[in-house]
Order: sequence, then C-alpha cells, then structure tokens
Amino acid sequence: MSIDVLEPQERRKSGGALQGLGVVDCDIHPQFSTPGEILEFLPERWRDYVRTYGGFYRQPLADTLSHPRMAPDVARADSWPPSGAPPGGDLAFMQKQHLDANNVEHGMLMPLNRGPGNQRNLEYGAALATAVNDWQIACWVERDPRLHASIVCTQEHTPFALAEIERCAPDKRFSQIMLPPKSLEPLGRRRYWPIFEAAQAFNLPIALHVGGINGYPPTGSGWPSYYIEEQHTNVQGMQGLITSMVIEGVFEQFPKLRMVLVEGGIAWAPPLKWRLDKHWKRLKSEAPHLKRLPSEYIRDHIWFTTQPLDEPPEDSDLLETFEQVGLDRIMFSTDYPHWDFDEPSFVAAKLRIGPEKLRAIMSGNARELYGLS
Amino acid sequence: MSKSRFVVAKTGDVAPGTSLRVNAGGRDIALFNVSGEFFALGDRCPHESGSLCAGKIVGFAEADEPGKYRLVRDGEFVRCPWHGWEFDIRTGKSWCDPEKSRVRAYQTGVAAGSDLVEGPYVAETFKVSVEENYVVIEI
Amino acid sequence: MQVRMDHTIPAKGAAVGLFGGAAVDSDVHISVPSVKALLPYLNQYWRQQFLTRGIDRLSWNMTSDPPNAPITARPDRRPTSGRPGSDFSILKEKHLDVFGPSAAIANCIYGGAALHSEDMAAVVCTAVNDWIAAEWLDRDPRLRASIVVPLNNADLAAEEIERRAGDPRFVQVLMLAMGEQPLGKRAHWPIYAAANRHGLPIGVHAGSLYQHPALAGGYGSYFLEDYVAQAFGFESCVLSLVSEGVFAKFPDLKFVFMESGVTWLPAALWRFDKTWRGVRAEVPWVKVPPSQIVRDHIRLTLQPFDEPEGAGRLERFCEQMKSDEMVLFSTDFPHWHFEGEAALPISASSPLARKILWDNPRGTYPRLNALSPEIAA
Repeated sequence: MSIDVLEPQERRKSGGALQGLGVVDCDIHPQFSTPGEILEFLPERWRDYVRTYGGFYRQPLADTLSHPRMAPDVARADSWPPSGAPPGGDLAFMQKQHLDANNVEHGMLMPLNRGPGNQRNLEYGAALATAVNDWQIACWVERDPRLHASIVCTQEHTPFALAEIERCAPDKRFSQIMLPPKSLEPLGRRRYWPIFEAAQAFNLPIALHVGGINGYPPTGSGWPSYYIEEQHTNVQGMQGLITSMVIEGVFEQFPKLRMVLVEGGIAWAPPLKWRLDKHWKRLKSEAPHLKRLPSEYIRDHIWFTTQPLDEPPEDSDLLETFEQVGLDRIMFSTDYPHWDFDEPSFVAAKLRIGPEKLRAIMSGNARELYGLS
Repeated sequence: MSKSRFVVAKTGDVAPGTSLRVNAGGRDIALFNVSGEFFALGDRCPHESGSLCAGKIVGFAEADEPGKYRLVRDGEFVRCPWHGWEFDIRTGKSWCDPEKSRVRAYQTGVAAGSDLVEGPYVAETFKVSVEENYVVIEI
Repeated sequence: MQVRMDHTIPAKGAAVGLFGGAAVDSDVHISVPSVKALLPYLNQYWRQQFLTRGIDRLSWNMTSDPPNAPITARPDRRPTSGRPGSDFSILKEKHLDVFGPSAAIANCIYGGAALHSEDMAAVVCTAVNDWIAAEWLDRDPRLRASIVVPLNNADLAAEEIERRAGDPRFVQVLMLAMGEQPLGKRAHWPIYAAANRHGLPIGVHAGSLYQHPALAGGYGSYFLEDYVAQAFGFESCVLSLVSEGVFAKFPDLKFVFMESGVTWLPAALWRFDKTWRGVRAEVPWVKVPPSQIVRDHIRLTLQPFDEPEGAGRLERFCEQMKSDEMVLFSTDFPHWHFEGEAALPISASSPLARKILWDNPRGTYPRLNALSPEIAA
C-alpha cells in the first residue's frame, strides 16, 4: 500500500503575509548529539571531573531543574530526530525540519548546554565555555554557514570571561556574547562591567537568553509551585534585568553597548518603560548618574526577540505594543526545537503590517544588528 | 455540495491509541483509532499549524478543587506537538478555546474491501483488496 | 471594645471635597511613629521584654518603605518630624478634608510584621491593630483600616483576623506583595479562609519581607530598582494566586493590589492566558482563562498609575481588561505620585470615574456597602 504520509517538515512554509520571505532566526538551540559529545572538546582534567562529579549548581537536583517541563526535553513533540539524537542534536534533521522548511537565511545559535556561566566550579565553567564555543564552530557553523555562534563565558570570574571573549571575538563566525540573565548578582552591577567593556570594544552585542541558575528564586516571594508559573518568570526575570542594566548606569557607561533579550517576550516592555520613567523622576537623587530617561536607554540599547509571541485577544494590541517598543528593535525568533516554537507565517499573520516593516522584523533588523549579509 | 468518500487506510494501519496522517482530497487529515473507533480531524492545529498527528494522545485532566487531580476520557484527546493545546478527538474542539479554535472533524466509517470495490469511493493512493477492512472518510 | 457603628458619613459639617463625597480612597497610609507608641497595647510580659531589651528604641522601618525617600511623602504632606503618615492632623486637613472621601482605607505598613519570631510578630500586629482603632478610627468616622497580620505564621494571622473581624471599621486583611512564599501557596490558606468567613478582601500592598531579592538576579544597588520591581512582585502574585487555585478554593474572595502600578497587568495576562492554553493540565482546577479569573477576583488601587502623563492608559486598561470594575480610586497618601489634587487621570465627571471612585470600591469591600448613597447625589 502507499498511503501518502507527509513528513512534518513539509508543512506549510509561508503564510500569506510572508510571501516566501527568508528569515533570520535569533534563537536556535543546538544540543549535543550524545551526552558525551562535548567531552572531546574538554581537556582531560575536566573530562575526569565531569565523569566523577558532574556539574555543580546552586539547586537541589543535580541533573535537572526542579520544575519538570510539560514536554520531554522541553521540545516540540515532532522535533525528535530519527537518528536517535535529542531535539536540536542532529543538524541534518534541523536543516530539513527548520532551516530549509522555514527559509531561515541566518540562525543565531543559543547554546544553553550545561550553563557554563552558572557552574559553581569557576575553572570548570571556563573550560566548559571554551568547549561549548569550539563545539558550536566544529559541529554547527562549519557544517552549515547559515548558523552563527554565540560566545558563552563564565561571567562570575571576569578574567576567565575576558580571556574567552578575546579568544573568540576575532572569529567572525561568532556574532555575539551570550550571558545568562540569572547571574550571581543583577547583571547591571559593576562586577560585570569589564565584560560589557569588552563587548563594546569588539562591537559584539550581548545576548541574554532567559534562564540560568543562580540559587535565587525567580520571584521576589520565593519559589512558585508550578511550571505554569515558573515559565512565566522569564518575564519578571527580563524586567529585572532591564531595570538593573538601566538604573545601575550600564548604558551611561557604555554608550555603544547593544543588548538582545531572547525569549522574554515583549509586551511587558512598554509598561516597564512607563514605570521606570515615572519613578526615576521622583527618585533621581538616588541615581543621579542617569542623564536621560530610563526609557531612552532602553530605546537605544535593547533589542527584543519575538518568541514566545505575545498573544493579546486583539491583534492590534500586539502591533501597538511593538510600536511602543520600536519596530526597529524587534527581531524574529523561533526557539527551535522547543515546545513554544513560533512559526514564521504565524508571526507575520499576527502582526498585520506592511511588507517593509515585516521584512525588518523577520530579517532586516537582525541583519543590521549583527552585520549579516 | 455533495460529499465524497475517501478510502484512506486499512483498519490495521492505525492501532488503537495511535494516529496516522492521511491525505484525502488534497487535505492533510489526522486519523485516530480510539479503542477501535476511528476519528478524523484536520491535521493542522488552528493556532500555529502544528501537525496533530505528531501530538501525544492523552486523557483529560480535571479537578474539582486544588490538588485533587483526576484523569478522565483517557485516549480521547490529542495535544498539539508544539504548544500543547488539547483537542477532543471526537469533536475537534479545542478545550481551551472551544468556540474560536477547533479543527474540522470528518465523518469516518469502516467498510469491507469487497464493498469498496463496487461503491462510490475514491481510493486515491492505494489499491483496495477485497480481503481487508478500510477506514473511509467523508469530505 | 466599643465600636462606633456610624456608617452615614461624612459627618454633618464635614467638607464634601473634590468628588462630592461619592468616593472611597482605597489606599492611604498611616504610620506607627515608634515602637514606643505600641507599649500601651502590650501585655505585661511583652512590655517588659520591649523595655528591658531596648526594643522600644528600635525603628522597624521597612527597607521597602524608606520614610525619608521623596516618593514616600509629598513635601506638603510630610510632618515636620516623625514618619510620614504618623500625624493625624495632616491626614485630616491636607487630605480627607480636601478630597472628601466617604471612606478612606488606612494601611499601616509596619516592620513588626516582618519579625522572625512568630509570636513577637503576632503580638506586635495585635498591638498595631488596637493602636489603629484607638488612635485613628476613633478620631474620624471616614477612616477604615486593614487588619495587620503576622506574615510568617498563617494560623496566628487567622487568629488576629478572628479577633478583629467584629469591628466593622476593619474592612480587609493586609499582606505584602513579596514574602517568604508566593501568595497562592497553601501555607497562606488559613488567612484566606478566615478572611473569607468574614467577608474581608485580602489587600496586598507593595512591600517585601526581603526573604528573597526583588530581582531574580539578586540584590541591586538602588532602592529605585526594588521599587520598580514591586510590579514584578505583583505579577508573580497573579500567577501564584490563580495557579494555586486560591479562587477555586475561595470563590467569593477578592484580592486588592495596592500600589502596584496597574498598567503592567494586561500584558501579563496575555502571556498567562497563552501559557495556560498549553499547560493547563498541570493545574486542572484553573478551568477558564486566567484573565477571566483575574477580572472576577483581583482589584487594583489607582495610584501610582504608571503611564506617561496624559497617555490615556486608564481607558485602555479597561478596554484591554474588558472591565471597568477592576480599578479602585486611591491617592496613596502621603506618597508623592501626583501634584496638587490630580489623583484621577480622567475627568471626575466621566462614567468611568464614578465607577472607580464609588461603585468599584463598594463592590469590592462588603463592609463599605453601608456607606450612605445619598452623599453621592
């Protein structure tokens, strides 16, 4: 018999609004094809360490988070490659299911693998960061030039971080520096400023992808019970991150620094800008180092990615929100292969904007920020 | 408009508790076998068009009060493989937004191959054998 | 305890004020001037403890409510000495007689509730409530108050609610946005059960017990960061209250968010509804979209209202929430969020203003239903 079963990757490629437009995807998660794949990129000393002790984090469970996700590997159920690799762990499958199917012209890798920046053993964190960076180049960028690597580093020890940035930054296959929003102190604090100084000097954006493990609960009143709450704390986390960056004066100190918030959503940003402006005006004697309204620093220095797309009941509210943020600061992202993936045609259909503005969001803004062809 | 009937699978192709993507009249259709009963839904989730065939088949979680969990109608819902929206396999209605978000449910039936050879059925992609039983969808 | 039952207010001769009396101010602040002021309300054991340990000389100001910060008191409402909100005459002359609300709900944010000793915290809260009744409620019939409860022991908090519930001038229970555990957690439910029994909403005020940093990244350098982060704390409260099923368990209970900033809520609910559609099986008692539950059960006091001046966000808030019943008028006296008398960002004669000033507070606080309606005429 020959029942015609379509492969998942053959699903609809472009909605009406997209008209076959190629996209830049600012959030793609590569995964190790096997747990041991990273070992070959680590020095022997740290291979032994990992085999003997594993990672060492500020949380109760050694190998996983304490809020189990709603899907295995927090992945789309259809993203498990037939090769047996985990979702995101098989380039050929990723190409077929995502890069080719969705007409991705450039994809920014967001390696979350094992969180080098959140390792308590700082030397291991640094070695792991180097390994993950080398692995991105060898296993991904070299095999598919559409993909662009992100420099991961251990932000809790500035000399290690700077050494890694200096090692990788001249290599144009790296497009940005990636830090975890959940650091030991809010990222705007001065202990992290040397990293921002280096980013500015190398003209590399800093990407902040939601997540990280710093030992603090994700809310000001402790640990929520449920994943439905914990998933949402990506929002409060990003709000706090911007608040810290702006009020601590990072953008006053580094006027050319550019930051990309990845997977935090967008709709919360306008009310946060209103709040920051209003209360800074009243309390500015505490933060006199700020010379401009907080919202102006955000407007100039921060880029946002679309996924997970905010879904107000009225589509026009989404556009209003995006316009309040600035359409030139919004970049398309999918979060492939994760469960809350956004399809390009869906985003295009929700936005309901003209072709020029749509092109800017789906690809142009990212091309300009990252200097892509 | 009169409906066409399409032969889409042998009954044995879709084991109880599983689904199969079929194509009939140019449409992608998710065919489910729920304890021997066949149901056919449009394969595209109305949200972002994930393929329902790739979704997990589950029961429905209920609670009369916090902490009192109960699973009912096991095997009668499919979760979209992407964002987890739940669809009632019997009706195509999404649980979270039944008015606005539903997938089309098609009438299904089972017919013996010996009848199909004679009847007004369209078997687009495979040959029908008189010895087998087939799932038929009306579109 | 003798309780005044005079509900037909304002009293004759009192100024009708800006809104013609048909207004409830759902958040004004009163302040314990010093621990010493509580000594008359302590029993022999505790009084001696406080005196011999020098506790009466401690300040118990809260980190989340610094008394001298400009935001804490507008200059014309700041007393010449002592904490803002500690002087009755300023509240009366500069505020109540100007705005002329039929009722104003006094919230006493006090560090005593944050003590680690559960017993001492409870004793202080009891003393504060006695002090509120004697020193404030007895002095002006327009005043109402929130019941101050210990925040680290729900059973003792429930006892305090039972002790106070007979006095109708206490109209809600006071909690803080950021405590030891998220507000929806079952550990708090004895408080909600007691409040529910007596028709008392839970008022959640900006503030933190600092059991955890207000920012998920840890402790920042500036009070301004933490103040801004109060809104994130409230956002977490929404997630927790709905996800834990507080409103499934207590369907008649209402929560009032005070000094939350308000305008962050619609976007938070777009996201919450979206997530719920995919993961609701984890919390199957949440049977309708979270936004609907919030619309039915959560209210927000007006000031501070986070928007660029004149941006029209209050109307947009009501449109986006599909409800004009969620916002309750407040001035947040003596805090400095607006100039002059511009507490209401819309015309006072608009239908929405009437809802916010009068209908919504009365619909939220069962104990304000007895307010005289003819005042509004």
